[in-house]
Amino acid sequence: MAKKAPGKAAAKPLKTAKASSQSLNSLTKLPKALLLQMHDLMVKSRMLEERLIKIYKAGDAYFWIGAPGEEAWGVPIGLQVLKGRGPEYDYLHMHYRATPTLVAMGMPMIDSIRLIMNRSTDPSTGGRNFSNHYSFPEWNVAPVTSPIEVQYGIALGTAHVQKRHKSKGITLVTGGDAGTAEGDFASCLIWSSRKGRELPMLITVQNNKWGISTSFDGQHGETNIADRARAFNIKARSINGNDPIESYLTLQEDMAYIRKTGKPAFIEAHVSRLYGHSSASGANFVSNELCCLNDFETKLLKAGLIKEAAVKELYEKYAQEGFEAQQIVKGEPVPTSESIWDNVYVGSENADWRKF
Amino acid sequence: MANMAQAIRMALHYGEKNLAVKDIFGQDVGAPLGGVFTATQGLENSWNTPLDERGIISMAMGIAMTGERCVAEIQFVDYIFNTIDLLKIAGNTLWCTNGGFPLPMVIMSPVGAGIRGSVYHSHSFDAWASRLPGWKVVMPSNPLDAYGLLLSAIQDPNPVLFLKPKALMRVRGDDLIPGEPEDEKELKAMIDAPIGDRTSWKPRWPKVEGYMVPIGQGKITRAGEQVTLVSYGRHLLLCNQVADELKEEGYSVEVIDLRSIYPYDWQMIKTSVEKTGRVVFVNEDTEVTNFAEHLVYRVVQELFYSLLARPLVVAGKNVPGIGLHPNLEDASVPQKHEIAEAVRSVVAEVP
Ligand SMILES: Cc1ncc(C[n+]2csc(CCOP(=O)(O)OP(=O)(O)O)c2C)c(N)n1
Ligand SMILES: [Mg+2]
Repeated sequence: MAKKAPGKAAAKPLKTAKASSQSLNSLTKLPKALLLQMHDLMVKSRMLEERLIKIYKAGDAYFWIGAPGEEAWGVPIGLQVLKGRGPEYDYLHMHYRATPTLVAMGMPMIDSIRLIMNRSTDPSTGGRNFSNHYSFPEWNVAPVTSPIEVQYGIALGTAHVQKRHKSKGITLVTGGDAGTAEGDFASCLIWSSRKGRELPMLITVQNNKWGISTSFDGQHGETNIADRARAFNIKARSINGNDPIESYLTLQEDMAYIRKTGKPAFIEAHVSRLYGHSSASGANFVSNELCCLNDFETKLLKAGLIKEAAVKELYEKYAQEGFEAQQIVKGEPVPTSESIWDNVYVGSENADWRKF
Repeated sequence: MANMAQAIRMALHYGEKNLAVKDIFGQDVGAPLGGVFTATQGLENSWNTPLDERGIISMAMGIAMTGERCVAEIQFVDYIFNTIDLLKIAGNTLWCTNGGFPLPMVIMSPVGAGIRGSVYHSHSFDAWASRLPGWKVVMPSNPLDAYGLLLSAIQDPNPVLFLKPKALMRVRGDDLIPGEPEDEKELKAMIDAPIGDRTSWKPRWPKVEGYMVPIGQGKITRAGEQVTLVSYGRHLLLCNQVADELKEEGYSVEVIDLRSIYPYDWQMIKTSVEKTGRVVFVNEDTEVTNFAEHLVYRVVQELFYSLLARPLVVAGKNVPGIGLHPNLEDASVPQKHEIAEAVRSVVAEVP
């Protein structure tokens, strides 16, 4: 499947790594056009991440971290977000596995490539930060921070303001399983669920059962991370985040619940980690985890909702788009030395003590 | 010759065997990874913690309260900042209890730029650390000193912060650690975990011996007459290179590897500056309220009449982070040519 695009192998549906997780019946739960749109975006996100990895491996980036394997969870988020700027719209506080969501929201591939290749044209950080450290103020996408879990506390603030505005907008926060050990996670549960002061936020965890090399099993006493939210009377569940339909429907229901009640909800999505933690561990494909894209695609093909030729075309199209974007970005300017002083203060007011 | 990661590993092994170190812990510190820089591979008492820095520091404090010895790690010093109140408490516990509760604990953490680590894998902590009274703070520039300083830290009855220059973790030194095999391939085969499956791997430790670098003792790494360069960690190596290169231009530069940031070897600085009359302090933490500014203050107060030129500080720019692109990183932390320029300019200065 996606692994070697572009090329013939790319379009062939490969064997799923594990037994399929989705029953064919579930395909009837969403309209065909939406299923195909999700598949399209999942392919696009995967091809983008694979391009990022190639860029890293070619020595054109210092570091890669990203979200291949989490498309079935991230794409349905991006499709259902109330996109815009300010408290009337949804705020997103995500961690460094947010590519699928942003692709679904309409981020062009090239902007992610500008980020990993640290060009001054990178709209998120201007060449200052690592791959997948997105920031899009015009879409209420809060900056991804390397320090794990701080977004869970910061999200409280945007939700607080949304509550004051009686806005339809809600706050969504995502992060990994290991990160839930940080105090910020507890702050989030505690602050969002105060009786009578509940906050309109969707608190989520992408549980891939790993924190770098440390496995979930040795570090958690709780059975499900969602159980921790239950203790605060937060509507909570654990779902199969490898199934885009289950993700879509759960998100849809919970987002509607939050918009209606102004109260928090919690989703723990079980996902795969398909290329290891980051480039620090090699960024190589791991074959013993379920690939959500492959799984979904197989279902669509079996149900006759999509044809092999169309699938192949899709991979080729996005592989080409990624490749071309890389060539463009190569020719784009890089940040200058003097620019370290830009934006230390608003309006780039002088920050260099030598100059005042 | 061992690299710094191997040296730290061997020191921890020595600590387990001879200095009663019972817990070595932190994120990804235990098997299978043995630390993000492999500095804790193959140890008997190493274990993985939850992803919770405050938990790590407070666990170490509790262990130390019982009198047992531990070495804990914060994976990157960039992530130590949420523990700053615990670090304050660890530093003031002995004082607040009027001597009742010593906290013999070691916290180690990789610091500094130099690996294109971008905003959150490039922070320095030496200036911050110098503002934590009650802590001793050390920072080696080579594997042997890393070994000797870590063994001293483990035996010290106070909390000790052991800052590891991350860009030096794979750098080899010039001196063998006592007991280390001469052939580095042999050492690697003995103590480096294999790539891939390590479930049945066990290290074969060389019979390393006790070797202490006393905390508070600097080292002159280049002798010279005209100007004193004081540094530590990664920038010490740059200072050595500058001294060597400028020697060919006829400059005589004395280089001091401070090794300990607190307490620091004032007598060594004093003796050298009294001789040279000129001094440049170099480190990569941000320049405003930098630890070197304290050293300059002391030089001015105590050695004013020996000075032939204004003391200089070459430090990191006062910006909120170190950007990923090399243009950004290189403009933010001191580069070799800036150290050389500083040396030339103080030598050119005539009172
Ligand atoms: C506060 C903090 N501590 C440590 C790290 C180093 N680190 C980066 S990712 C990571 C593991 C994160 O695991 P998890 O939260 O499960 O997210 P995943 O990467 O699995 O999606 C660690 C320890 C960090 N970035 N921030
Ligand atoms: Mg995880």
